[in-house]
Order: sequence, then C-alpha cells, then structure tokens
Amino acid sequence: MRYLKETPSQTAGPYVHIGCVPSFAGLEGMFGGRDLGDKMITGDAKGERITLTGHVHDGTGMAIRDALLEIWQADAAGLYNSPQERRGAADPHFTGWGRQPTDGETGRYRFETIKPGPVPWSDGRMQAPHILVWIVARGINMGLATRVYFDDEQEANAADPLLARIEHRDRIPTLLARREGDTYHFDIHLQGPDETIFFDI
Amino acid sequence: MTNSPPPGTFFQRDFTWHPPALTPGYKTSVTRAPQRARIAYDNTVTELTGPTFGHNIIGELDNDLTLNYARPGHSAQGPRIIVHGHVLDEEARPVPNVLVEFWQANAGGRYRHKKDSYLAPLDPDFGGCGRTVTDAEGRYHFRTILPGPYPWPNGVNDWRPAHIHFSLFGHGFAQRLITQMYFEGDPHIDICPILQTIPSKAAIDTLVARLDMNHTVPMDARAYRMDFVLRGQRQTLFENKMEGM
Ligand SMILES: [Fe+2]
Repeated sequence: MRYLKETPSQTAGPYVHIGCVPSFAGLEGMFGGRDLGDKMITGDAKGERITLTGHVHDGTGMAIRDALLEIWQADAAGLYNSPQERRGAADPHFTGWGRQPTDGETGRYRFETIKPGPVPWSDGRMQAPHILVWIVARGINMGLATRVYFDDEQEANAADPLLARIEHRDRIPTLLARREGDTYHFDIHLQGPDETIFFDI
Repeated sequence: MTNSPPPGTFFQRDFTWHPPALTPGYKTSVTRAPQRARIAYDNTVTELTGPTFGHNIIGELDNDLTLNYARPGHSAQGPRIIVHGHVLDEEARPVPNVLVEFWQANAGGRYRHKKDSYLAPLDPDFGGCGRTVTDAEGRYHFRTILPGPYPWPNGVNDWRPAHIHFSLFGHGFAQRLITQMYFEGDPHIDICPILQTIPSKAAIDTLVARLDMNHTVPMDARAYRMDFVLRGQRQTLFENKMEGM
C-alpha cells in the first residue's frame, strides 16, 4: 500500500504568540480574550497544586525570551483527560494540557498545575510521575519533546523504565525538577554541557 | 473503569524528511539546536493520549481573518482567499475533531507583534490569527487575505516567501506539529533559508498550497488547497499483547 509522508515541520518562528497565545501577544479580545491552555485547573481538581517554572537556555547560556511551551500530563489519579484514555474517566476539573510563553523580558515560563499520578509503561509496569514538555521557538526547526520528573520521587524514579534505559546516567538530572515548597524548578538547556535529554516520542 | 484496549502506537517518525535541528543557513538554529541524539522509546499512554478541543470553543469568526479583528463594517485589506483541505494520517485516513490554528502577516508582510518593526504598515482591520476544528471527514477551511512576503534579519537580504503558519493537534500528543504553508508559484520558495532547512524538494513541495479554481467563490475569494498529514497509528490488532494490564 502507499503511505503518505508526514507533513514536514517548520519553525514556529518569532511570532508564534500571535497564533497560539494571541492575548499575550496583545491582540486584545481575540478568541474571547483568553489564551487556550492558560488554565489547566478548571474547578475543584483533586491532587497537590504545584507550580512548574524555569527558563529555556540556548547554547550561549542565555534564557530565550520567545519560546512557547506546552505540557501534557495525567491527573492526580494517573488518568489523562483525553478520548484516547481507555482506562477510566479523568478528573473533569483538570485539563492535563497547558500552554505558556516564556516571558518577553525575563525568559521565565510558569505553569500552575497539579502533581500527576503515575501511569503505566507499555508492558504494564508503572512509570514514575512525569510531565511531557514540548518546546517550540524561532530557531527550533521541529518541536522538542522532553519529560519532567520530580526530584522528591526518588523511589519511583529509580524504578522508572524510561529512566532505566538512559545510558549516560550523568544526564538524568537534566530531567529532574527541583522541589522548593510547592514550586518545582525545571530549566531546559537546548545545547551545551547540561543539554537536556530530548526524546523521539 | 472501562477496559477497552489502549490505542496503537504511532508510526516511527522519518527524521530525514523533516529539517534537522542544526541548519546554519538559518542562523538562529546554530545556538538552539540540540547536539545529542534524541532518545527513542515506544509510545506510552502519555504520548498516545492528547488534549481534545470541542467544536464549541470555536467562535463564529475564528476562521475568518478578514473579519475577526476588523472594525464593524470593515474588513482586512488584501487579496481575499479561502484556504481549505484535509487533515489526514499517513494511511490517508481523515483526522476528525482536531484543533488547527493559523497565523500570518498582513497583506504588506507585517505582523501585529511588538517585535516586528518592518516598514510596511499595520492594517487596523487585521489581527492575523484564526483557528478551527476539523469536521467528521477531517476537513478544515478558513478565510483570510494573501499574506505579503517580508524581509528578516538572517543574511543582509533574506525575504520570506508569502506563508501562513499552522499548528496542528492530532489524537495523541506524539502527533503534535507546527509548520508553514506556502503559495504555488512564489519564486522565494527556492531561495528561502527556512524552507531550505528541509532536505528534499519533494518534502518542500508538500508545503506548497495549490490554487483551486473549483472552490474559488466567483467575485469573492480565490481558494487554495492544502492537505496536512499527521503520523499514522498502528491498529491494536497488530500490537503485542500487553502483559499484566
Ligand atoms: Fe512568518
């Protein structure tokens, strides 16, 4: 049979905000005046409320100020708010999907979310709690996927099937968010000695 | 708890078809390109699921850029066009009910963005963004104006071909894609450093929309046809049986 080829990726460019976060870009009133993905918690969501924040650094170490991040995660019970989730109904007050730009001055991004529950690996073993992160920006030709794990989940991280297969063990800390109160700090390095592990998902 | 089988995994991505991360002709990529290999793993429920956006989030004018930022009684300046097509997967199956977002410069090549300082003026009646959700057959369409080409700081004299940026969701997050659409016949296509990050002419050609006289609305707007292809998905039938699920 004949397959079609996937549409090739192109950079999101410097003006990605116009399309994806128009209110942030100053297009007042567009789409009802609310950017999609700005609120992940839409009601009385179960679970621990956390802030996920950090910077995206380029190869010179500079925090980039024109990136856009999306995150996708399970709810507190480990269920995804998606029609493709076949294991049960996710928390109706939690979308699981967030989208935030890095700040135009400071380069900081920030998500208000809940700590995800664990979900299974393809063979049924449990994975450690994690958040999928997708980064696009000018100069990035194809969105970069990585995962946030939590530095206070040492036991679960030690048993995680994906972390276990990473050959260069010294790179694993690039995937760990550092807890400080209710805030997890997660910096992304696009290149350099601390280059974040990116995944082919 | 339901117990239907999990969805099948997505087809492996062909990274020789997509642009590589490091493309020195597009200078910004030099410090933003990861240098290590991506680590691959079989899709898990994290990658197989994805957010869904109902048709009810879409406002009446969200898919009409000629009107959705215009003052009452006005419309955006520039050649009026309709862009339409299908969102398909690699097996040519329609991908229904997925969010498609688009953004672009105005007819003069200027973006409504504080970082854009091009000489061409803003159009008070043009914002430059829109969105829609594909129908049951995977179709989408929107109205807009033909965007202008614009210069950008890369080489001293680099110009972008006229283009529209697109963001597409699939049914699983692993299908997520951002790309750009171009217009047939534009001589800038062959000399654009961003388009030329894509290794093959055949791949570039799939990003070029064709004039579609059959869907052109007489005395109103010309139509351009552009289909998008998201990653295909294995049938659960062919998957290894899950142990312990
Ligand atoms: Fe552009």
